[in-house]
Amino acid sequence: MNAPFPAPVAPNMYRYDEFDARFVGERVEQFAGQVARRLKGELTEDQFKPLRLMNGLYLQLHAYMLRVAVPYGTLSSRQIRKLAHIARTYDKGFGHFTTRQNLQFNWIKLVDVPAILRELADVEMHCIQTSGNCVRNVTADQFAGATPEEIEDPRPLAEIIRQWSSLHPEFVFLARKFKIAVGATPHDRAALQFHDMAVEVVRNAEGRVGYKVMAGGGMGRTPYIAHVMREFVEREDILAYLEAVLRVYNQDSRRDNIHKQRIKILINAIGPEEMRRRVDREFQELKRMGTLQLPREELDRITAYFAPPAFETGLPDTLPEAGPDFANWTRTNVHPHRAPGYAIATITLKTIGQVPGDCSAEQLDVIADIMDEFSLGEVRVTHEQNLVLPHVRKKDLPAIFAKLQELDFAAPNAGLITDIIACPGLDYCDLANARSIPVAQAIARKFADLDRQHEIGELKIKISGCINACGHHHAGHIGILGVDKKGVEFYQLLLGGSGAEDASIGEIMGPGFGEHDIADAVERVVGVYLAQRRPEERFLDTYRRIGMAPFKQAAFQKEAA
Amino acid sequence: MKLLKHGAWAQDTFTPVADDAALPHGAVIVSLTRFQKDREALLERNTPLGVRLQSHENPELLGDDVNRLSLVALEFPKFRDGRAFSWARLLRTRLGFTGEIRAVGDFLYDQINYQRRVGFDAWEVPDRFTLEDFQRALTEMTNVYQPSTDGRKTIRELRAGI
Repeated sequence: MNAPFPAPVAPNMYRYDEFDARFVGERVEQFAGQVARRLKGELTEDQFKPLRLMNGLYLQLHAYMLRVAVPYGTLSSRQIRKLAHIARTYDKGFGHFTTRQNLQFNWIKLVDVPAILRELADVEMHCIQTSGNCVRNVTADQFAGATPEEIEDPRPLAEIIRQWSSLHPEFVFLARKFKIAVGATPHDRAALQFHDMAVEVVRNAEGRVGYKVMAGGGMGRTPYIAHVMREFVEREDILAYLEAVLRVYNQDSRRDNIHKQRIKILINAIGPEEMRRRVDREFQELKRMGTLQLPREELDRITAYFAPPAFETGLPDTLPEAGPDFANWTRTNVHPHRAPGYAIATITLKTIGQVPGDCSAEQLDVIADIMDEFSLGEVRVTHEQNLVLPHVRKKDLPAIFAKLQELDFAAPNAGLITDIIACPGLDYCDLANARSIPVAQAIARKFADLDRQHEIGELKIKISGCINACGHHHAGHIGILGVDKKGVEFYQLLLGGSGAEDASIGEIMGPGFGEHDIADAVERVVGVYLAQRRPEERFLDTYRRIGMAPFKQAAFQKEAA
Repeated sequence: MKLLKHGAWAQDTFTPVADDAALPHGAVIVSLTRFQKDREALLERNTPLGVRLQSHENPELLGDDVNRLSLVALEFPKFRDGRAFSWARLLRTRLGFTGEIRAVGDFLYDQINYQRRVGFDAWEVPDRFTLEDFQRALTEMTNVYQPSTDGRKTIRELRAGI
């Protein structure tokens, strides 16, 4: 028997109406039917595969993995408690937050999936389109609705995109997966330019708010930075424009080579100019037809769900004093909020030695309590595999920090060298060539000393266990790619990538390093930065100024000696 | 195989004709290649004419002739190849095609509802397929979020009481 929960706080986020509830409910029963047909042998694994993938169900190395959609990374405490319950009941007691702001359960039985989906539907959650060759779960800036930097909260648009893309009849059997992200700040926390399509909320010269649309970014074996498709799309036209891009992609993409079927390949084959021309033709036609025009009332109606909560006024707007550990934590994990007296607090799921992004059922339950007590019932998942409490009173930060310390989630390392992104790697994943998690752990241990981390400053390490790049290695200031070299796990270093507004693709350093050398090689690379940097330079800035050569020389020094 | 049309079993009155075969009497279905080669002779026959498009063949290749056709068959070479969903939509909207759009090839029960939404109105299905299967495929999901060529009211419109 569980202890009675504190009264959950209902945050200002999207809530299903009768139509959404019915849609998700019917989708669950539809998938339950597909599972039953598979279990009876009426569907072959080959036929079942795209159907299960469209519902987030993968067959991994050891078991089925179920990926739960967390639309634009926003979760309520009630939803977190349900995820904890599912982890306890149907998994080995863990959930894993992913670089797509989703949550994965790694130890699922096929027969349990319909029951899990029904449990998720109870808290307005689903697994629709979290994998497969369709429009995936939409991601967004984790500080949405809380940061003072943004033009407006991008989540209403993300929700509108979620609905439009849910079981879109034309686009559920695309050539490949299709990932969309939205943002609304000059500082990009959502890696917009690495998405198949991205929408940035912008203001034009006349002061009108609209959307900049980019397409053709991506990682994987052929990384590309997205091209701008249109600098300014009027609000009411946005779905027509997005549909136009997808239509051109669905019609014109290659289908003969799985590695050349993403939209980035199409755009770079025909050129961005020709892509824009093709999209514009579809767009003008869709606009004329008018059925996809987004009425202002609908935008307003969805926006109302995300209205800013009633922030208290008259709160102290200074950070409390609560000792050096607390001060260290606030230095990296606390960010400015739009409302005086409030802050945004990041919970890094990156305590030294931890599996990045993992969270136990017990930890999830405590986080839900913290959300209810201190963050208006809300949490965000970040693409860096952390959690964010979006609306906390500054005066409560010491109490929050103390609770996080008890959970072992108080690592003061957001944005520092130990705040590492890593894919599940060969420990779980069917596709991986090498393990990612032990490498992340080894590097984190090597740089565990906090003073040293602060001295190094902002440095983003991103690790993928194979070329598919789920760990975003192309976008790491230091990227690490696991490869298989004649049956031995090997790790290549990439330098100079960025997933932020100054997006760039990391450059491969050359031959790789063995499992036991890679952390030392990273240390030598960081040493070059410390020796060569100018005041105020981040690792990335120094790399961009001095180039690969000195880093490469140092990284291989030991081998040469 | 059997033919399902407008929600009921139908006699297939069209004869598929290989590119190198002589044309039989009556309604025929030919490939795009054959159509382009024998265009005038085919259009002069005064019998219903159908063209079968492979998944990489854009119906716009038919040009203005499209509305002289009675049927366009869109092929699914593999059920994973979803291009025909866009081709059907294009036929029904930009090209204004009002004849039969037939799904042929390797598609799944689970795709029929999507096919119907984008404009298909006939299906070549395996013999074990039943009308109940068909009805169920179309009714598993009651409402839709996005407009398509079927003209169904979207959830947004239902919410607004339109």
